Amino acid sequence: MPDVTKTATAVEDAVAPPSATEPKGRHKPEKARSLWGDAWADLRRNPYFLVSSVLIAFLLLVSAWPSLFTSASPTTGDLVKHFLGKPELGNIGSEGWFGYDQQGRSVYARLIYGTRASIIVGVCVTAIVTIVGGLMGMIAGYFGGAWDAILSRITDIFFGIPFLLGAMVVLQAFTERTVWVVVGALAFLGWTQMARVMRGAVITVKQADYVHAAKALGAGTTRILFRHILPNAMAPLIVVATIALGGYISAEATLSYLGLGLASPTVSWGVDISTAVDQIRVAPHVLLWPSIMLSLTVLAFIMLGEAVRNALDPKLR
Amino acid sequence: MSTLNKTATVPAPREGAGHTGPLLEVKDLHVEFHTRDGVAKAVNGVNYSVNAGETLAVLGESGSGKSVTAQAIMGILDMPPGRIPKGEILFRGEDMLKMSDEERRKIRGRKIAMIFQDALSSLNPVLSVGYQLGEMFRVHQGLSKKDATRKAIELMDKVKIPAAKARVSDYPHQFSGGMRQRIMIAMALALEPDLIIADEPTTALDVTVQAQVMDLLAELQREYNMGLILITHDLGVVADVADKIAVMYAGRIVEQAPVHELYARPAHPYTRGLLDSIPRLDQKGQELYAIKGLPPNLLKVPTGCAFNPRCPKATDLCRTEIPALVPVTEQDGADLPGRKSACHFWKETIHG
Amino acid sequence: MGRYVARRLLQMIPVFFGTTLLIFLMVYSLPGDPVAGLFGDKGASPATIEAIKHKLGLDQPLWKQYWDYMSGIILHFDFGTQIRNDRPVTEVLGDAFPVTLQLATLAFAFELIFGIGLGIIAGLRAGRLADNSILIFTLLIISIPVFVLGYIIKMVFAFNLGWIQPNVSNDQLWSEMIAPAVVLGGLSLAYVARLTRTTMAENLRADYMRTAIAKGLPRRRVIGVHLMRNSMIPVVTFLGTDIGALMGGAIVTERIFNVKGVGGLIAESITRREGTTLVGLVTILVIVYLVTSLLIDLLYAVLDPRIRYA
Repeated sequence: MPDVTKTATAVEDAVAPPSATEPKGRHKPEKARSLWGDAWADLRRNPYFLVSSVLIAFLLLVSAWPSLFTSASPTTGDLVKHFLGKPELGNIGSEGWFGYDQQGRSVYARLIYGTRASIIVGVCVTAIVTIVGGLMGMIAGYFGGAWDAILSRITDIFFGIPFLLGAMVVLQAFTERTVWVVVGALAFLGWTQMARVMRGAVITVKQADYVHAAKALGAGTTRILFRHILPNAMAPLIVVATIALGGYISAEATLSYLGLGLASPTVSWGVDISTAVDQIRVAPHVLLWPSIMLSLTVLAFIMLGEAVRNALDPKLR
Repeated sequence: MSTLNKTATVPAPREGAGHTGPLLEVKDLHVEFHTRDGVAKAVNGVNYSVNAGETLAVLGESGSGKSVTAQAIMGILDMPPGRIPKGEILFRGEDMLKMSDEERRKIRGRKIAMIFQDALSSLNPVLSVGYQLGEMFRVHQGLSKKDATRKAIELMDKVKIPAAKARVSDYPHQFSGGMRQRIMIAMALALEPDLIIADEPTTALDVTVQAQVMDLLAELQREYNMGLILITHDLGVVADVADKIAVMYAGRIVEQAPVHELYARPAHPYTRGLLDSIPRLDQKGQELYAIKGLPPNLLKVPTGCAFNPRCPKATDLCRTEIPALVPVTEQDGADLPGRKSACHFWKETIHG
Repeated sequence: MGRYVARRLLQMIPVFFGTTLLIFLMVYSLPGDPVAGLFGDKGASPATIEAIKHKLGLDQPLWKQYWDYMSGIILHFDFGTQIRNDRPVTEVLGDAFPVTLQLATLAFAFELIFGIGLGIIAGLRAGRLADNSILIFTLLIISIPVFVLGYIIKMVFAFNLGWIQPNVSNDQLWSEMIAPAVVLGGLSLAYVARLTRTTMAENLRADYMRTAIAKGLPRRRVIGVHLMRNSMIPVVTFLGTDIGALMGGAIVTERIFNVKGVGGLIAESITRREGTTLVGLVTILVIVYLVTSLLIDLLYAVLDPRIRYA
């Protein structure tokens, strides 16, 4: 390691080991930065972060106010317009921009209105599993002993069931599968991943000197957990949660494709892809557009997670 | 490993038998690192030389450029971001910076070897020490695996590792810190190189073990008549083993002197500060002296003498003019061989 | 080591029973009646249905059913009977399993070769064009859901180019399996490539790499021995966990290409409410999962001498 790194980063050494190949002299090395401050500075310059956050902001907007983007209805079709009519790509933003599906409904309108289902599933499942899994992991990691043994076994039990298979079995039990049923099914099986990540992070943080110091100063368990351990063990959880969010969106679509997720009349990309598959040879565009939107959305969240991970993990810089 | 035989049959770099100058000579070496926040000038015109059988101690704080200089000599700088814009590194009179990668590789390990500070992280954790030692013989001399292991055991005996034969297949983490550093030394010695660079070889060790390891290194150096560059920030280590000292600050040599003269009469305020910060028994109860301030930021080294913000004697001259490394003389002008200082006020410092 | 294995095996017991019980409860709390479903719209007399239910043990309380089922597995290696065909589950599985195994093997080979290969290229050129291209490529693969990827490949290679048949025939020729294997292994390939790249880039900066260069070793040896030996440890671990995932995760791929393997069997069992078949299949998958995770932990100890098991 070039010695130069040591000087330039001497102040930052407390939070981040200096990288071996990139001596990071800062503009203001005199001022100490926190891990999060440093990560933010790093993120702002990361093109992946910029692209993904713009995409996500756009998707959130679309899912909140779909009527801003199209005047056409996603559910009423005009059979005259049939799916064999070619997309009018030049006619940007019009009802027939991406063509029509089998029932003469605007593919574009369905894309816009389908965003909401994916975003709700992704965000809600992630919120639930992060809170539930995070708490489970924190308890198991911090208290150890019997707590850890029991919670870890429960986690193992859920982890043993393949995710997709488990979700299929749960969803099969419901005849009316709304968005919330899908959210419940995915969350029921998804929390184990978060619990494992959090448990590992808490065990690492627990051994840090500042936790011993807080204990020595007489801080209570709750205070230690939420003031000292949680903020320091959050980083990996946030990264995994962001990447998993994309995965849940993908899982929802996959389940809908398998006929066990959302179903018509709910408008969702997965439902559209599932019906479009039957016309793959005559009208590939009906399959193509929702597939592209779905992949882009998943990509945006995965890219965001990656960018956050790189910013939080100085080793990868 | 098909590469083994190939490398072994290529003749070694020419022995510098005809060469009479110093074993290694560093001339006006500059090293800089290109970072996204600017160019960090780590080494700014270093000159020093080492002869066979001689020990040069390079002294300085973290960031003084002492390790970077050593890495430049070894050819293990990370480039990029590192860059050598200027300078020569002559080994037996030949400039290594002008050699091909392959020529340099053959010098590494065989002619110039290096001992690193942290033996635990510097040894490969998943390969046995016997493999890592034997690798030197297999790659450079084309020995078979069996012969290489035999040589590895001999080496471990040489550096006084007990039960060498039984421990040759152990992994680095199974050894104590002192034993691991002995393994590093054994690895450097394997091919009996002409020059060894030891980068803070004892910093990571317990005080009691430090002396043992230093003694071993000094003993082996005498036995093989090797040149030794000892990089350290510990003045205590230097006194017993070094012949001469170069003190570095912010990428420059600020003072050069034979070891005992430097201790007796420093000719640079920085050296004086370092010597004054050594705790001494006769000053028990007094507050320990410390050089005030922090080492300079290499992205914006102070103008003039880099030490001026921390120097008790700094004047306006020091803030504008970079002092050259000039020969130091007695008050009457008599020569002091081997002594140089880069201070505008070296006379006042040494004689004042 | 022996004590560690013993402890791990003991820990596996509650997990095995817990997971099978969980799936058992999930399956049997489902509404719908598999027996009544046998007779279609016409239906059958309640007496007939009761008789069949009694024969299958479906009239027993749930805990008793679970108990009988588990003791059947443990004592007689009997995984139950498929309701629709009245065939033993082991026999049904015997037909489907080799097909999935064939698919998974091909997918595994694909992810192993190309995943590690791409990862090495990216890791050695960290920050440069090749690295960034591979990074973007893997990101795309990870983002595209498997069923979308499957149809893209089907559309391009079967319908537009005509290079492959859209569906795998009943003979399951190796050549027909290539496209499904690519789809199945694609996601893992991306993960393997990224993991390889990350660990290599990280280890490239390790102190022992600097030592290896300072020893004067040729670049091939520095990379091939010192770097790879360390970087492959997490990759091998990931590949190990992936074997189980490939077998259980083929539901979507098998449907797209009409492969008659375990995945299709699982999907069919779920929609037909074939509880016994489903629980049997999941039980086998759980066993595969538990055994592979134990083997991986032991393999880890072999690869990394620093790991100590007490």
